[in-house]
Amino acid sequence: MTEPLLKVENLRIELKLRDGVAPVIDDLSFELMPGESLSFVGESGCGKSMTALAIMGLLPEGIGRIASGKLIFDGEDLTTASEARLRQIRGNEISMIFQEPMTSLNPVITVGEQIAEVLRTHQGLSRKAAWDQAAELLDAVRIPNPRSRVSDYPFQMSGGQRQRVMIAIALACKPKILIADEPTTALDVTVQAQIFDLLRDLRAQTGTSIIMITHDMGAVAEMAERMIVMYAGRKAEIGPVDQIIDHARHPYTQGLISCVPHIMSDLTETREELTEVPGIVPSLREFGRDQCLFASRCKYRSGECLQHRPPAKGFGNGQISDCWHAEAL
Amino acid sequence: MPAARVTLIRIFYALALLLAVLVLNFSLMHLAPGDVADTISQSMGGADAEVLERIRIDYGLDQPFLVQLGRYIGNVLHFDLGYSFFYNQSVTSLILERLPATLLLVISAQVLALVVGVVLGVVSARRPNGMLSHFVTFLALFGYSAPVFWTGILLLIAFSLKIPLFPVAGMQDITVTGGFFAHAWDILRHLVLPMITLASIFLALYSRLARATMMEVLGSDYVRTAKAKGLSQRDVVYKHALKNALSPVITLAGLQFSAVVSGAVLVETVFSWPGLGTLAFQSIIARDTPTILGILFFSALVVIVGNLLTDFALRLVDPRLGGRR
Amino acid sequence: MSDTPVIPEEPIQKARHPFVEAWEMFRRNHAAVVALAVLVLIILGAIFGPILYATDPFEMVWAPFSPPGVDGYLLGTDYLGRDMMAMVLNGARVSLLIGLAAAVVSVVIGVTVGALAGFYRGLVEEVLMRITEFFQVLPTLLFSMVVVALFKTSLPMITFAIGVVSWTAVARITRSEFLRIRELEYVTASRASGVKNLRLMFKVILPNALPPIIVQSALMVGSAILFEAGLSFLGLTDPNIVSWGQIIGSNRQYILDASFTVTIPGLAIFVTVLAISLVGDGLNDALNPKLRQR
Repeated sequence: MTEPLLKVENLRIELKLRDGVAPVIDDLSFELMPGESLSFVGESGCGKSMTALAIMGLLPEGIGRIASGKLIFDGEDLTTASEARLRQIRGNEISMIFQEPMTSLNPVITVGEQIAEVLRTHQGLSRKAAWDQAAELLDAVRIPNPRSRVSDYPFQMSGGQRQRVMIAIALACKPKILIADEPTTALDVTVQAQIFDLLRDLRAQTGTSIIMITHDMGAVAEMAERMIVMYAGRKAEIGPVDQIIDHARHPYTQGLISCVPHIMSDLTETREELTEVPGIVPSLREFGRDQCLFASRCKYRSGECLQHRPPAKGFGNGQISDCWHAEAL
Repeated sequence: MPAARVTLIRIFYALALLLAVLVLNFSLMHLAPGDVADTISQSMGGADAEVLERIRIDYGLDQPFLVQLGRYIGNVLHFDLGYSFFYNQSVTSLILERLPATLLLVISAQVLALVVGVVLGVVSARRPNGMLSHFVTFLALFGYSAPVFWTGILLLIAFSLKIPLFPVAGMQDITVTGGFFAHAWDILRHLVLPMITLASIFLALYSRLARATMMEVLGSDYVRTAKAKGLSQRDVVYKHALKNALSPVITLAGLQFSAVVSGAVLVETVFSWPGLGTLAFQSIIARDTPTILGILFFSALVVIVGNLLTDFALRLVDPRLGGRR
Repeated sequence: MSDTPVIPEEPIQKARHPFVEAWEMFRRNHAAVVALAVLVLIILGAIFGPILYATDPFEMVWAPFSPPGVDGYLLGTDYLGRDMMAMVLNGARVSLLIGLAAAVVSVVIGVTVGALAGFYRGLVEEVLMRITEFFQVLPTLLFSMVVVALFKTSLPMITFAIGVVSWTAVARITRSEFLRIRELEYVTASRASGVKNLRLMFKVILPNALPPIIVQSALMVGSAILFEAGLSFLGLTDPNIVSWGQIIGSNRQYILDASFTVTIPGLAIFVTVLAISLVGDGLNDALNPKLRQR
């Protein structure tokens, strides 16, 4: 059995609030295999972006920190790595693309230079070699006229094109892991499809593992092999995407899936009523309590749910659910 | 090419502005009680009404306002700014004698304020609650709130009188002999205190703005991307962040030119610096109309040219402003 | 086991009056609070000082250049033997009065120009903006020097001369606020319900544009005081009144022997303008909505 590329063990990330700390990620463990496509799903504020930033070592200084746990990447624990080592890894072995392509590129530096500098920094290429490679990368992400566009500035490109540039930058050094934080949320639907196609094709070519963070179940169904459902800083359910969609074992996952009509029904069937999950996500201050944090919105809740944190229950097919009533669902 | 066209439009616009300044100032002087005839009669030791009348006719002062205005503008276009009876030379030569001194002071003060301001701002942005940052705030408050002539006098007392480091007044020591370098060094020694004094006001503004802008930029999405690429700290701060933070500061510097010129008038007075400021003061007291007009015109010119240069510098720094493509 | 889940309620925050909220934010800026206290003291000193300390500032009371404290004169005497304390107290009245009056003139002109430009757009805006740029390019001190020297060195003239060249910053801010606000939905709604333009400008848009205008106006008082100090330093002021800048200007030649005659009035200007700047900063904190989320 191959070793996992990334092993996260009991990760706890704390955010400093005005009056104390809150565990925005509370005892999270998961594994990522080489070449795998894993998706983090959940509503805003559930901590998925924080996990990604923690892996990159980019938690906001003074506000967020890794309180405990391990992040073992290729045998090395990133939580104890030096800043210099982390800089070696970033953009090189682990890359990240962000949600807002309109503001994620430096407005006063050419697109080509923003790609080339990654190549020069990590692979020691000469200026010319890096510049040529940048043009090739623009071609690989399907930007027309790459040789002339390489000296363009970001303001001369559309949102979709900028996101492709971000992808080119991220994949320039052929990283082992690409983390994509809501890569298409800010883009039009048609452009979204193009970006997903691009990511899938590039992955097929390079074998990079992808961690995709999203709140869109539809995107998950398209892109991911395995998914982790997050709620209030905790893992609710983890497992292969098709298994979970077929039979979700956590009430929250069930709620999420039933919110997306096209996953479950096809056009000929009569449309099912969309169910809503009543209530709201708990605030940051309520994270970390010893109870099921979803209980207040759950129609299956019972006494235990309010007393203790639910244990992880496995189902043999790789699916694990953190719920007192997982078997009954 | 669009860049050249934009420049041309700007220059044309600047000229129109200059013309407006000319017209306004001329009108203002015309409205004021007293005119050139009075000045002449003063230098003659007084004159009676008839002589005054004759002087007026001779100098075309009895003509309708618009005619006078037209004549003046026409002269200006020939670089003739009139004649000063108080100083007994043409206004143009008078001003050109004094202009370099003022330019030296104004430009060196702006550059000093900008460079030091940006450096202080950038460094204190990294540690917003550190000692340096508080020092910058304190310096900023002092520079801005203290009247510039008072700052100048304080510096004079401290570094010229109590501790004789720098000369007390003027731009040059006439007893200095030797070649170019000896004279240049002499001027530099005289320049230090006035330059620092004038820069102090704007240092305050630029360093605060640079710090605020830099902090904003350091928190931006694209700097986060730069960090995520594994670039070195130096690259992140100086290559990615600084370039973006410069634009607002340069823009502000451009807007301050008129204030810099105003400040220069006061600084020149304190240090007896032989520039347009001291000339302005003297000619205002003496009611030397042509000279006053000439100085107002030239100082507006300095401001307008300063604005143009700033525009140009901005377009170098920020490619979005239509310079490239 | 109940079927209907309990939806946790968000605690409802009671709305507070905007003045109260603004004061709360202001209070957090310690420097601003101290500055406000100092400013109040200065204003009180200016109003009541010359009444309580009734010495005529023009009267020669002692030998010149008596150092502070010696001979019973707290701030010493100037080059003519006049009581520095009396001069400083009376000077406070002049400096503060002109500072305030000139700032009012600036703000009135600036807000009018900015509001008209930002509201009407088009040709009106173009013309007004050109005029604003013109005044921006004009070297303000020189121009005021000319006006005061050539016309009349009286306090109203000085106020006018300062006010008429200092309004451009206010105009710019007002215009950009008007441009921003007029696109907001509640303005469109008002217009759709037939509110007339003038009323729209002054009752609907202007109140919402006030925060940055107020902050700028506060700062303008400071810069007007500095401006007046510059003019009086150069001697271009009413010879019948005492002003801080004028004290510095007339004692300038004697700094070698009696630097206190220059440092004391300068300190007065500095502290006053500093206090105003800090209060302005505090106002900015208090009125700027972006900072409320802290």
